[in-house]
Amino acid sequence: MRVKVSLNNETAEIAAGTSLSEAIEQWQLGGKKIAVAVNGEFVPRSAYPLTQLAPGDQIDIVKPVGGG
Amino acid sequence: MQEDKLTLYGEQFNSRFLLGTALYPSPRSMRDAVAAAGCDIVTLGLRRQNPADKDGEAIWDYIRQSGCKLLPNTAGCTSAKEAVTLAQMSREIFDTAWIKLEVIGDEYNLQPDPFGLVEAAATLIQQGFKVLPYCTDDLILCRRLLDAGCQVLMPWGAPIGTGQGLLNRYNLHTLRTRLADTPLIIDAGLGAPSQAAEAMEMGFDAVLLNTAVAKARDPVSMAAAFATAIEAGRQAFRAGLMHKRQTASPSTPTVGQPFWHQKKP
Repeated sequence: MRVKVSLNNETAEIAAGTSLSEAIEQWQLGGKKIAVAVNGEFVPRSAYPLTQLAPGDQIDIVKPVGGG
Repeated sequence: MQEDKLTLYGEQFNSRFLLGTALYPSPRSMRDAVAAAGCDIVTLGLRRQNPADKDGEAIWDYIRQSGCKLLPNTAGCTSAKEAVTLAQMSREIFDTAWIKLEVIGDEYNLQPDPFGLVEAAATLIQQGFKVLPYCTDDLILCRRLLDAGCQVLMPWGAPIGTGQGLLNRYNLHTLRTRLADTPLIIDAGLGAPSQAAEAMEMGFDAVLLNTAVAKARDPVSMAAAFATAIEAGRQAFRAGLMHKRQTASPSTPTVGQPFWHQKKP
């Protein structure tokens, strides 16, 4: 079964029971310089494999940009 | 004169010019402007991953290669909660506890939210962050931020990106006088090197800016111009400015003035 989550404010489909680390690999972001929050809470890198994504989760994945 | 280092959270820096890395015409011009500025600290941010954005990777590569200390920001956050989360993400991604804390209270003039700022600062300091808050020039807010554990404050000169210069000199003088031992960095609103020089002449410890350099016709030259102005202002402050006075006073000696004769009785 596939479920819908929000990835950077856009709908994404993943298999039910997917972990955050699996989802990151599927989105081809593995090994990239990124940081992740799920439902507004920071998720440290070490917790990616332990974080099960649920339907409707809001996932924010950020990367470095120029800033003032 | 004695060596003149900028000390922030126990770390020493040669340059008193902190430069932002956004809004440049190209990643390469950003890199060259940072080099021309001679700065030791650059600010940067985090935004949602967009795989199509190749410029983003170039910018990060250049920032990393600059060797500058990274000061990530929480730009765009409008609540303490958002700012704390983004700071946590920054700490992991950049491997630094330093954070330029922004909590914006008004979307029109990007004025910091003093209440959210103090709340976020207190939380982050408890979590081991070294917080450099972008704040207004309000003395009481600044005291509250110091009470929360901030060791550096970054009051605005004017709203971000306006180039208006030092809008409230009275407040800024008050901060400098009353918080004499606190490193104070003028952050935002500066548009011209002369304004940066004035801030340094007033005794502020450093200047942080972005738009005035990035949006100049020639960002690299403008970065160099600001660097020179900041150094000049600092040197003038250390040298001790004369006091203004109301009446004229000749600089050339009056004794021995030729063609001058006392009127005969």
